[in-house]
Order: sequence, then C-alpha cells, then structure tokens
Amino acid sequence: MAARPSTTGVSIMADTHSTAVHQDLLVAGNKTMVDVNEDVARPLENFPTSTWWACFGVALAALGIGALVVTTFVMNGLGVLGLNQPNGWGIDIVNFVFWVGIGHAGTLISAILFLFRQKWRTAINRSAEAMTIFAVITALTFPLLHTGRPWLAAYWLLPYPNQRQLWVNFRSPLLWDVFAVGTYFTVSAVFWFVGLIPDLASIRDRAKNNIRKLIFTILSMGWRGSNKNWAHYESAYMILAGLSTPLVLSVHTIVSFDFAVAQLPGWHATIFPPYFVAGAIFSGFAMVVTLLVIMREAFNLKAYITMDHLERMNKIIMATGLMVGYAYACEFFIAWYSGGAFEKFIFINRAFGPYWWAYWTMTICNAFIPQVFWWRSMRRSIPAMFIVSLFVNIGMWFERYVIVATSLHRDFLPSSWGYYTPTWFDWGWTIGAFGLFFVLFLLFVRLLPTIAMAEVKSVMPQGGHHE
Amino acid sequence: MSNASQTSPQLAGVVGFFDNPGTLLQATAKVRDENYQSWDTFTPYPVHGLEHAQGLKRSPLPYVTFVAGLTGGTLGYLLQYWTSAVSWAINVGGKPFHSGPAFIPITFELTVLFAALSTVGAMFFLNGLPNTKKKIVDPSITRDRFAILIEVPPSVDADNEKAVARQARFKKFDESEAKSLLQKLGAKDIRSVNAEGWF
Repeated sequence: MAARPSTTGVSIMADTHSTAVHQDLLVAGNKTMVDVNEDVARPLENFPTSTWWACFGVALAALGIGALVVTTFVMNGLGVLGLNQPNGWGIDIVNFVFWVGIGHAGTLISAILFLFRQKWRTAINRSAEAMTIFAVITALTFPLLHTGRPWLAAYWLLPYPNQRQLWVNFRSPLLWDVFAVGTYFTVSAVFWFVGLIPDLASIRDRAKNNIRKLIFTILSMGWRGSNKNWAHYESAYMILAGLSTPLVLSVHTIVSFDFAVAQLPGWHATIFPPYFVAGAIFSGFAMVVTLLVIMREAFNLKAYITMDHLERMNKIIMATGLMVGYAYACEFFIAWYSGGAFEKFIFINRAFGPYWWAYWTMTICNAFIPQVFWWRSMRRSIPAMFIVSLFVNIGMWFERYVIVATSLHRDFLPSSWGYYTPTWFDWGWTIGAFGLFFVLFLLFVRLLPTIAMAEVKSVMPQGGHHE
Repeated sequence: MSNASQTSPQLAGVVGFFDNPGTLLQATAKVRDENYQSWDTFTPYPVHGLEHAQGLKRSPLPYVTFVAGLTGGTLGYLLQYWTSAVSWAINVGGKPFHSGPAFIPITFELTVLFAALSTVGAMFFLNGLPNTKKKIVDPSITRDRFAILIEVPPSVDADNEKAVARQARFKKFDESEAKSLLQKLGAKDIRSVNAEGWF
C-alpha cells in the first residue's frame, strides 16, 4: 500500500519505511484511532443483543447442569463417577489436561508472538489471553473437585505449616502441577491485567454513564498515558512476555509429567513433554479460531480480526497438527523399536482394541482433517476453518481420553482388565465445564475491551509506527 | 473542567496538543533542551523513540526481575530441601531425601512467579499506580491525541538551601512563556491545567 502523505508537513521517515515493509494491512478499512475506540467499546456500551442473551442462556444452563451434578457427587462421594479398578483416572483428568492445553494458545499469542515481533497478534491477543485465564479456571475445577472435599484442598495441595508438621510430597509430579498451573494462572492474569490498563483508561475517558466511569477509573488505576509511565510499562510488558514464554512451555511439560513419570506403558515416554506442548498449542489455536470467527461476526470486528489474521492462525494449526501427527507415529515406532512386550501390546490395543473408535477419532480429527489447510482457499474460508477448528477440539479431547483410558484399562494381568465407561456424573461435569468457560468468555466480551486498542493503534499507518 | 466548588484552583501546568507522533517527537526534543524541571508527554499508545527524545533513562525493572527471580528460585529450592530432608524426612519410594532433580520444576515455577509479580509490583510503584491524585490532562489522550505538559515544579522550603540550589539549576516556570514555547513548537491547542484528583 502507498505511504500516506504526512498531514503536517513534517516528514515521518519511519512511517514510510514501516508501511513499505508490512505488505498486508493489520487493520482493514481505513480505520482511524477514533474508530478503534468506537468499534471496540460498542459492545460494552450497549445493551447486549439477543444473540448474546441466547448464547449466555445456553452457557448458563450448561453451567447449571454441571453445578447440579457436582453438588450431588460432592454430597455422595466420588463413587458416583465411573472410576474404579483398573481405571483410577478418567475423564476428569482428561478435561483438566484439555482445558489447560486450550489456555496455551493465549500465552503463545500474547508472549511468544510478541517476542518474535509478530504485529498481527495485536488484534487477537486480548481475547486469546482471556481465553487462557478462563480455560485455566475451568481446568482447575477438575483436580480441586476430584479431591472430593475441595474445601480441604489447601491441606492436600499446598505446603503450609500444620499441627501435624506434615509436608506435601515435592517429588510428586502432581504437586509440580499445583505449582505450575498456579503460577501459570497468576502470571497470565497479571499479564492480562497489565495489558488492559491503558484500554480500561480509554473506556473510562469516553464513559458517559457515571457508574461505568467510576468502575473504570478504579480498574484503570488512574492511568494517564504519561510517557514516563509508558517507559516502565513497556519494560514490564516485555519482561512478562519473556517470563511467560518459558512458563507456558513448562506448564504442559509438567502436565505431561503426570503421565510420563509413571512406570506405565503408554504413559512412560520421553516424547511426552514436546508432544503435549505441541498438542496444547494446536488445540488452543483451534479454540481461538472457533471463538474469534463467532466474535468478529457478532460484534462486527472484521476490520480488526482480518482474514489474514485467521489465515496465519490456520497455518499454525496445520503446523502443530503435523507435529502431533508425528508424535502419534513416533509412539508406535518406539513401541516396536523398544522390543518391550507390554509397550507393544498397549499400542496395538490402543488402535485396534476396544477403544479403537476413540483412537481413530483422535487420529482423523488431529492428523488428517487439518491437512485441508494446505489449500489457501481453505485457510481463508470461514466455514471451512470453523468446521476444522471444531474437529480439532474434538480430536484433542479424544487424544487425552485415549492416553488416559487405553493405557489403564488393560493392566499387566488379564485378570485385572476392564473397560472404563464414564457415568452421567462425569458427562454432566464435562458439560458444566464448557458452560463455565463460555459464561466467563461471554461476560468478558460484554464487559471489557476485546481488542487491545492501544496496541492496535501503534501498528496503524495513521498512528505512525516508529521503530 | 469544573472547578466551581473549589475556591482557588491551583495551577498544575501548561499543556499543548499535537496531532501526530511525528510532530510530538520533534517538539519533545526541543522542550527537553529547555531544561524544565518537571514535564511529561502523553500519548494514546507507546510511541517509539519518545523516551529518547524526552531524555528518559532506561527503566530499572530488569534488575528487579533478576533479583526477584533469584530470590524466588533460591527460596523455592530451600523450601523443598528443608521440608523433604530436614523438617520431616520421609522415605518415598526409596528416593533420596534430597531429591535434587525432582525439586527443579517447582524451583523454576517459583522463580517465574516471584520475578513476574515483583516486576509488576515495581512497575506500579515506579509509575505511581494506583494514582488518585492526578487526573488525566484530557480525555482525548487515551483516544487519539498527543500532548506535552510543562508542569509547575513542586514548591520547596525556602530555608532548605540544598533544595533551592537544586531547583535553581532548572529553567524557571512561567505560564505565558511555556505557552508561547508550545505554540512555537506547533501545538494545536494550548491551555492551562489545574491540579485535580480523580475523585
């Protein structure tokens, strides 16, 4: 695109340079900075649409089902779940791993793409980070409630001085999880809030309603846009991105240790950490695409979340999908190459045993369906990407199901073989988790700026981007 | 700004608005050369090169992160060592009481946790957040306008020789002089601002 003539006669050399370098527009439709504020603030300054209410109603109903089911099983005990010998772990940990994985894309977008100077991330980082936080909250409900008495969870999970002078077992991967996911949630939430401050100030400064003005004055902490503040702010933002990058890689690595550290064929594999991280990013990006396709349509944000943005996400989905596919193949190779009889058995059983349907659902959804993104027309087709993203979400849920259920259900001795079937308590809780996630996400799109306005302005040609 | 309730509004400084970051950058460098004691620029997003034009020093935050990270990691490791090998050593599956490699994940997580929270805390402290005393100069700044504010320097005790001497090193603030400077530098809209808090 052509360089914009400077309006004031003072030449802005950097502007001409940067627009020449960036071939594609990061913000479409000749938007001005005023438009950014108008467009982003519209959903939170107007009464929600009937579509929003419909979605919110469905999400709330799902959450209600979950709450009902959880109340029942907390009152009666974990026996109502489908867990028994040999499957001591079931879809509760499947859901935990699934939701933590969903969160990873948000941090990848907000931190890793920031460090790599991928400017297109500015349009999607806010909503992706929100997704991270809500996904981690959803994930945390599973281990907490799975303790059976969540109000005593602090006693089992945290090292605090108690009258029996007992400590938690720091050699257990489950405890590493507590610290990894806890740190991940805290740092993500802080990072998100820091990113929100200038935008909260924007909402505050345009608020006509006094209550909204008061709330956003408090939330924005009295931010004034002072450059002395921006200098520290940018430094802190960069450091948080630098800290979040190894953090996000560590989180799913440690989640994979829950399995990999166990001496169980099907779990005890050194490929697990990178395989889990790739899978997490894969599923997370699929969820981002699912949510953004709906959000840009519902709130008319197509000028900011452009087809180019979506295409890039689809490329990442395809790339990480290939990594996951490679990991599936590698597991089989190692099972054969290791020469271990139990190892071999578990993988043949995984693909052709009683859980063949779960295995092939996983393989087809994750390794084959995303291959359509080799075609540009598919990467740029809203219906195609929406359907693929749903399949990837399903496939990644089944990946965890396959890992958990198939590795446990046929123990070393045939006398302790079984077949794990979740009960409707498990399913109700699973539905409730989706409800919780979508309730939180819908409240977010209604109450907070869904696009990082200050960041988008800095990459607009009108804003004059200076390097 | 409504100051009807206040008897005598106190002058905070003089503000000039600019349409784009290019003119702001050039004007900022000129204001810096004037050697005012207290002044700042305001932008809707971080403008690159402005910290240099304004003569700001590099943020000390990375040092905070480094020290806090080291502290978090050390404390994290010591906590695990002390609870597992000293306070109540329990034999878990024949593993050594001091299981170094097994302590690494939590050591790493606590390094990150301490570093991140301290960095943000220090950023809030350095930026004076939460800020209740100084209201935004103009609501349009968080939308699309750029501004330079030349502030009235804080008053010093006349008996405090050191403070008086320190202030004497800077250019003296004069309302009309500051206004004409901003006008000369191409500010579109120039006005005086009164000291005002948020609430």
